[in-house]
Amino acid sequence: MKDTTHSQHGGVTLKLKLLFKLKPWLLSDTPQSAFQASAGRAYLGLLDFLNNRLAVLGLLIILALISVAVFAPLIAPFDPIQTDLSNRLQPLSKTHFFGTDEMGRDIFSRIVFGSRLTLYVIGLVAIIAAPVGIMVGTVSGYFGGWVDTVLMRITDIFLAFPKLILALAFVAALGPGIENAVIAIAITSWPPYARIARAETLTIRQSDFINAIRLQGAGPVRIITGHVMPLCMSSLIVRVTLDMAGIIMTAAGLGFLGLGAQPPSPEWGAMTASGRAYILDHWWLITMPGTAIFMVSLSFNLLGDGLREVLDPKSEN
Amino acid sequence: MLEISNLNIVFGSGAAKNHALKDISFRVEKGASYGLVGESGSGKSTVLNCLSGLLKAWTGTITIDGQAQAPKRNAGFYRKVQMVFQDPYGSLHPRHTIDRTLKEPVMIHKLGDANRRVEKVLDEVGLDSRFRFRYPHQLSGGQRQRVAVARALIMEPGIILLDEPTSALDVSIQAEVLNLLKRVGKERALTYILVSHDLAVVSHMCQNIAVMNHGEIIEVITKKQLAEENLGHQYTRQLLSACKGFNREIINDFQDY
Repeated sequence: MKDTTHSQHGGVTLKLKLLFKLKPWLLSDTPQSAFQASAGRAYLGLLDFLNNRLAVLGLLIILALISVAVFAPLIAPFDPIQTDLSNRLQPLSKTHFFGTDEMGRDIFSRIVFGSRLTLYVIGLVAIIAAPVGIMVGTVSGYFGGWVDTVLMRITDIFLAFPKLILALAFVAALGPGIENAVIAIAITSWPPYARIARAETLTIRQSDFINAIRLQGAGPVRIITGHVMPLCMSSLIVRVTLDMAGIIMTAAGLGFLGLGAQPPSPEWGAMTASGRAYILDHWWLITMPGTAIFMVSLSFNLLGDGLREVLDPKSEN
Repeated sequence: MLEISNLNIVFGSGAAKNHALKDISFRVEKGASYGLVGESGSGKSTVLNCLSGLLKAWTGTITIDGQAQAPKRNAGFYRKVQMVFQDPYGSLHPRHTIDRTLKEPVMIHKLGDANRRVEKVLDEVGLDSRFRFRYPHQLSGGQRQRVAVARALIMEPGIILLDEPTSALDVSIQAEVLNLLKRVGKERALTYILVSHDLAVVSHMCQNIAVMNHGEIIEVITKKQLAEENLGHQYTRQLLSACKGFNREIINDFQDY
C-alpha cells in the first residue's frame, strides 16, 4: 500500500519536472522552430481556456461522452437491443440503473450505446457542413461580384426555410434513417457558416497583408486557403461548437418524429418518443434519455462559450 | 527603368465621379529614387496602386524595363516589382510566423533554398535569427517594418514601391528604417518610388521629387532645389512650411490650390 502511493508520488513529480522544463520552452519569445512557435501559441490558448471553469466542465462532459462511446460494450451491462418482455417497465434498481423500457431493455445500456449514434451524427454533420460553409463563404467574400451574388442567393434560399422543416422534407424524400438524417441536418446547417465566413472575409480581403501576398504573385486558391481561411476558422469553430447542441436537438427531434434512427437502434430522441406514452406512470423512460440530451447539449454550449473567449479576438479584454 | 505616361484613373461615375489621376507622366532611371509628395488625397498612393497592379481600371501606359504592362500582371512582374506598405501592423498576416511570411514568396515562385534565403534576408535587414519564428504581435513597429522590407527583398526585385514606409513609426525608428532602405538600395542598386507626405523623408531618399495635388503633378523638383528652398509653385512652398512644424500664422495663410 505504502509502496504504491510512493510510486504514484514519484510519477507526479516526474510530470511536474517535465512541465517545468516544458514551460519555458513553450513560452519562449525566441522560438527555434515553427512547431515551437505554434505549440507556444496553443499553450497560451489552453491557459486562457482553463481559466473558464464552466468551459472545462463542458469539455470534461464531452470527453466523458466520447470515452463512453468508445468503451460502450465494456460499460453497458446489458445488450441494448435484446428485448425481455417479462422484465418490462422495471423501475430504477441495482441491476437496471435507469430501469427498463416497454420492451424490457435496460435503459442505461441503451443510453450508453446511444452516445455512439449522437457522436456519429454530430461528427458527420460538422465534417460535412463546416467545410462546405467555409468554402462557399470565403470564395463568395473574396471574389465578390456575380460569384458572391449567386452563392449568397443560394445560401439565402436555404436560410429561408425553417431548419427542422427542411430537414423533415429531405428525410421524407430520402427515406428515414440515421444516415439520411445526417445528410438532411448537414444540408440545413451550412448556410450560417457560409454567412460567417463571408463576413469575416469581407473585413480582411482589402487588408494590407492580403494585398501584400497578392503583390507577391499568389493566386486566389493560395490566398483563400492559406491566408483568408485561417482567420475565419476561429469564429467558425466557435459557431460550430455552439451549433452542436442544435444539431443534437434536430437529430433527436427527427428521431422523436420517427424520421431519424429507426427502432430498435438506441437513439436518444427515438427513446424519448417511445417513452412518452408512459410519461405519467413510468417517468424514467423519457427522463433518462432526455437528461442525456440535455447534458450533452449544455456541455457543448459551455465548451463553445469557452472557445469563443480563447479564439475570438473581438471578445478579448 | 520605369516610365509612366498619361496615367489616368477615374473612380465612380455620375455625381460621385472622381478623376483621381490626371495625365501623370514621369520616368525613373535604374537605381534612382523618385519621390512623390503631396497631401492626403492628392493621388500619390493611387499612382503606386496602379503601378503595382492592385488597381486595374487605369488608362495610359506603364513601361517597366522596356515592357509595357497590362492591367493584369504576370508572375514575372512580381519578381521585378515589390511593395512596402505604410502600416506595419496591418501588412503582416497575424497568424503567420515571420518565417512563413518570408517563405511564402519563395514557394510561390519556386525559387528553392527557402531556409538560406530567409536567413540571408533577415540578416540583411538587421534582424537576427531570434525573430524568425515569432508572430508579428511579438515584434515592435520598427521590427515589423523591417520584416516587410525583407519580404520585398526576398524576391530580389529591381524596383521597390514604398508607400509611406515610415509614417506609422516614431521619429527615431523612422531614421533607422530610412537608413536601412538607403543601404540596401545602394547594395542592390534598387530603384525606389517613394510616396510620402513628409518632405524631409523624401529629400533624405530621393534625387527627384514630384509634387502632387488633386491628382496632378504640379511641379518636379530636385533634392538640391528643396534644400535651397528654390521652389517654383506656391503649393510646394506651403507644403514645405507645413513640414517645418506647426505655426499658427503660416497655417492661417494656407490656401487650397
